[in-house]
Amino acid sequence: MINKRVESLAQALQGIKDGDVLLIGGFGTSGRPAELLAGVFDLGVKDLTLVANNATTGTDVMADLMRANRVKKIVCSFPRALSGKTIFDELYRTGKIELELVPQGTLAERIRAGAAGIGGFFTRTAAGTELARGKETRLIDGQEYVFEKPLVGDVALIQAKRGDRWGNLVYHRGARVNNPVMAGAAKLVIAQVNEFVDLGELDPEHIVTPGVFVDRVIEMKK
Amino acid sequence: MKGLSRKDIARVAAEDIPEGYCVNLGIGLPTMIADYIPAGREVLLQSEQGLLGLGPAPEPGQEDDDVVGAGKSHLTLLKGASVFSHSDSFLMIRGGHINIACLGAFQVAENGDLANWSTGSSTETPGVGGAMDLAAGAASVWVLMEHCQRDGAPRLLDRCTYPLTGHKCVTRIYTNLALIDVTPQGFVVQRIAQDIDFATLQTLTGAKLQLSPSCTDYRPQLISNADALSIQP
Repeated sequence: MINKRVESLAQALQGIKDGDVLLIGGFGTSGRPAELLAGVFDLGVKDLTLVANNATTGTDVMADLMRANRVKKIVCSFPRALSGKTIFDELYRTGKIELELVPQGTLAERIRAGAAGIGGFFTRTAAGTELARGKETRLIDGQEYVFEKPLVGDVALIQAKRGDRWGNLVYHRGARVNNPVMAGAAKLVIAQVNEFVDLGELDPEHIVTPGVFVDRVIEMKK
Repeated sequence: MKGLSRKDIARVAAEDIPEGYCVNLGIGLPTMIADYIPAGREVLLQSEQGLLGLGPAPEPGQEDDDVVGAGKSHLTLLKGASVFSHSDSFLMIRGGHINIACLGAFQVAENGDLANWSTGSSTETPGVGGAMDLAAGAASVWVLMEHCQRDGAPRLLDRCTYPLTGHKCVTRIYTNLALIDVTPQGFVVQRIAQDIDFATLQTLTGAKLQLSPSCTDYRPQLISNADALSIQP
């Protein structure tokens, strides 16, 4: 019997270690696996590389991890908080954290390429800008394109609305965002779901993430 | 001389969006456009996390934290709205399926160059978000911004001094003082606020302005769908 359901955070997060690259789903706090992240904090792991759309709101677990100097690098599209300064700004200003700033669509596509076994892609995004510096470019039909490499993680932490024991997932509204993209782009994919449902309850037509991309599912009731 | 309020800038831009257009709204001032789409006009508002068919801010108590704009403020889903992943969202954006991207900016140059992600300072956190994808992929880019920086420095320039977001992508600019089209001949003032004259506007601008012979008052006014746009993307 295939059963990806786990009952405790300890089981869910087993195997995460120092130096890991963590893909973290979400758009701001929408769709972000907050409880899994809190569990990562409690593990005490360090030298982490966090790949996420946003760095931190300033008051989330991402900020706690940074404040504890356990994040060496952030790969994201929008590290600024929407208002005020955060621990990220302080670490960045003093050179204590590495930032790889990636345009949002390029970040999504690099992760998709990683999940899909694609060796990279050419995009017009960022052509002729500082974010294309040092990257291969090519003229395609008279337009400049920038080559971008795939991005994979050691672990992906994702959030979904419902999941079953095969790992099939459905999402809620904008909380879908990069969660289904990150599923499959890491060696270990851990999903927290608001509701665990019996096999067969999810309509096959409506499943967004087929279970094959997911290794563990833990229920975190909302 | 103050010109339009932020709300009125958003209102004018909202009135100019033709029926049926697919539009992405950036953080800040552009997000306010969602509240001012004229009644009865169907416009597809897109947000880059994967929402199409957004409506105005919800009634108090009806907020869904997973239905937000780029700036994370609450919005609603209209009948017919759809949700999709980040991949599909940027397929939509990069693939030219968005008619207009409404973005904020630090600077815009007279050739349409856009600078809105970094001031070039190594100690100040940059933030690109989806701006470079939108600049590269949207059929046209409208910028909504204050005419000048807080210290009075012009934002409309002959060349951007900040790092670029995209080349020659901006087609139209809504400031608190005027509506300016970016044309092959440079900046053309199409509408100007009542409390400012053209000569003063020129002194607040870092590039040569031309006055459109058909320049009109710059203020919100409900217009018909037919005469909405002088520049078609």
